[in-house]
Amino acid sequence: MDLSCTPGDEEFRARLREWLAAVLPGLPPKPSPDDWPGRRAYDLGWQRLLYDAGYAGLHWPVDAGGRGATPTRHLIFLEETEKAGAPYVGANFVGLLHAGPTIAAEGGAAQRARWLPPVLRGEEVWCQGFSEPDAGSDLAALRTRAHRDGDDYVVSGSKIWTSHAEVADWCELLVRTDPKAPKHRGITWLAMPMDAPGITVRPLRTLAGSAEFAEVFLDEVRVPVGNRVGEENDGWRVTMVTLSFERGTAFVGEVVACRRVLRELAYEARANGRWDDVPLRRRLGRLNAEFRALWRLTQWNVSEAERTGGVPGAGGSVFKLRYSQARQELYDAAAEVLGPDGLDLDRRWTADRLSSLSYTIAAGTSQIQRNIVAERILGLPKGR
Amino acid sequence: MDFRLDDDQRALRAGVRELLTRRFGRERLRAAVDPPRAAGAADGPGRPGGGAPAPVLDRVLWRELGEAGFFALRLPRARGGVGLGLAEAVLAFEEAGRALLPGPLVATHLAAGEVPGAATGECVVAAVDGTLVEWLEEADVVRGDVTGAVALRPVDPLTPLHRVDRAAPPDPVAALLTAAEQLGSAARTCALAVQHARTREQFGQPIGAFQAVKHLCSEMLVRVEVARSAVYAAAVTGDPPDIAAARLLADEAAERGARDCLQVHGGMGFTWESDVHLHLKRAWCRARRGPCAAQSEEALAEDLLAPEECPEECPGECPRECPGA
Ligand SMILES: Cc1cc2nc3c(=O)[nH]c(=O)nc-3n(C[C@H](O)[C@H](O)[C@H](O)COP(=O)(O)OP(=O)(O)OC[C@H]3O[C@@H](n4cnc5c(N)ncnc54)[C@H](O)[C@@H]3O)c2cc1C
Repeated sequence: MDLSCTPGDEEFRARLREWLAAVLPGLPPKPSPDDWPGRRAYDLGWQRLLYDAGYAGLHWPVDAGGRGATPTRHLIFLEETEKAGAPYVGANFVGLLHAGPTIAAEGGAAQRARWLPPVLRGEEVWCQGFSEPDAGSDLAALRTRAHRDGDDYVVSGSKIWTSHAEVADWCELLVRTDPKAPKHRGITWLAMPMDAPGITVRPLRTLAGSAEFAEVFLDEVRVPVGNRVGEENDGWRVTMVTLSFERGTAFVGEVVACRRVLRELAYEARANGRWDDVPLRRRLGRLNAEFRALWRLTQWNVSEAERTGGVPGAGGSVFKLRYSQARQELYDAAAEVLGPDGLDLDRRWTADRLSSLSYTIAAGTSQIQRNIVAERILGLPKGR
Repeated sequence: MDFRLDDDQRALRAGVRELLTRRFGRERLRAAVDPPRAAGAADGPGRPGGGAPAPVLDRVLWRELGEAGFFALRLPRARGGVGLGLAEAVLAFEEAGRALLPGPLVATHLAAGEVPGAATGECVVAAVDGTLVEWLEEADVVRGDVTGAVALRPVDPLTPLHRVDRAAPPDPVAALLTAAEQLGSAARTCALAVQHARTREQFGQPIGAFQAVKHLCSEMLVRVEVARSAVYAAAVTGDPPDIAAARLLADEAAERGARDCLQVHGGMGFTWESDVHLHLKRAWCRARRGPCAAQSEEALAEDLLAPEECPEECPGECPRECPGA
């Protein structure tokens, strides 16, 4: 049980702090949530700065263009960037946190060379085309079809809830290549260029009022066979790798952010008098316990993942279950601290409270995570 | 950073588990709960509970624990101890909680090096914790003010209790070791629930195939793993807020875990014969040790107002418990 940092780690932290202090004041103002081109430019610009400073793909393997940093340094990076108020991954979420790592783990040399450097350099944005209108929790029921025609797959169907689709260059796409095979065995993982003819993106408005995700209609879209990651009909296995990244490590930075918000809440409560409310104060104290533990669970999972070659295990589901709930409790507490202002959309925490509602749904609902924990970790039987 | 247990820690945990399985397995546990009656003795009125004799501490086992280093674990080698740290102590106490090992384990462990014979298990030490004393009458030495202590008819058949008027100030190490015991109990009730859910069949399938049961089990595991991370981390850092967090989460994991385990067992879970109630009752006892949940929550709330990192020169105004404050 070692939670210590080496002198080298501390030096890394010190240099990172210096760099952040120097670079953050020069960032352009944050674009509004509805300004998608602006958001894309902002997020890519930040990624480019990270790249130039040698911080891009810190924990990616070296042969994937990453820096091969230890989990400790990766966590230090997330901790420090968050504490300094640096931008979050934003539109780079899919590229950096799950499509990229999947290609690094499963892609061929040419594929890595084609797709990974632009993600690291902040040149290309990815989105995730997994869910369909009739395939959500039951993802393997997906129906978007692809058949071979020469050197291309020809893809038709529709995807839904595709975050950042409007501004994406690439889509990690799941298609059915063998409709006769059992549902898990006929799926293939493709990288689809979003500018290919036949793609229509229709934004959907979320309950927060903004258009975070979209419907994507695919009408005979041609995707080169060379864009297939993994074998044909072996896409479900590749998908499991993607999902383990999505659930396992993608939220790490947010835990640090939640801890900061919790402190801000405490100061707000002290300033507006709510601190004298004993049950509320105790609730904040319990949330402190919760987020401290979630940070430790993160360190635990990252240490475990290191042993399995960097792919997080089902422990990610344990984390995601508790984290998604804790995040909702945090923003409910924020509303309690704010009192009437908790209904004011101009208060940042009000918008965050709304977006926290998606956490128990996106990336696999809590019910699905409980099934995973029960069946894959505890070994309970599948129901009939 | 590598948060996982190292080889020595794994070996230590396996060693303690082996010792406890051999010396305090299920049969011994049940024999301690229902000691064989002397020949000719009348049935106790309303057994279980009613006329049950006060539990007796197994002194031979206690000395064996002493020989194995359970009490002297953190005592420096120069003073005859094992010279290990809080992390190792937490692993040992987790195993004790798992096995429902009875006795004033925490009090005796804390007395090692201070009360003669405590380290070796020759002397059984009890202490005021919260407003209760566990095992007062069986102990050779009692620490804290026990004037006017009143015996309770204890809910847990293996934890004799006395109530005192004045609460002892909570000790952080005691709080953490208690958390470790709670963690072990929580992990055990989770395993018991899963085992039962896999084998008990209703409606033609194992009950564990029903989502209502499955999801209870998943939530039990989530609470265990969250508590485990908090307890192990607190053992590494020794920070008071980390310990407070560990205690809150481990208490919750143990109490709710035992309840859910009971639910998964159905009618069987409500019987004296099942071990589930022993876990729940012991978890209730441990939860009364200091600090109480309200104190931990208040301390953790105060901690939110402390600066995250201390400025070079301490202005001495923050609520953080440190030498500079
Ligand atoms: C903000 C947001 C962003 C998203 N971004 C993307 C994206 O970029 N790309 C992408 O592909 N997808 C994305 N999704 C989709 C997300 O993965 C799905 O919404 C999710 O998997 C649930 O599927 P569904 O919406 O079809 O709900 P359903 O599967 O219809 O579920 C409805 C309810 O039924 C329950 N349920 C379903 N099956 C079971 C079962 N077996 N046992 C118990 N309960 C069950 C669910 O838990 C849920 O409560 C996003 C979703 C959100 C909210």
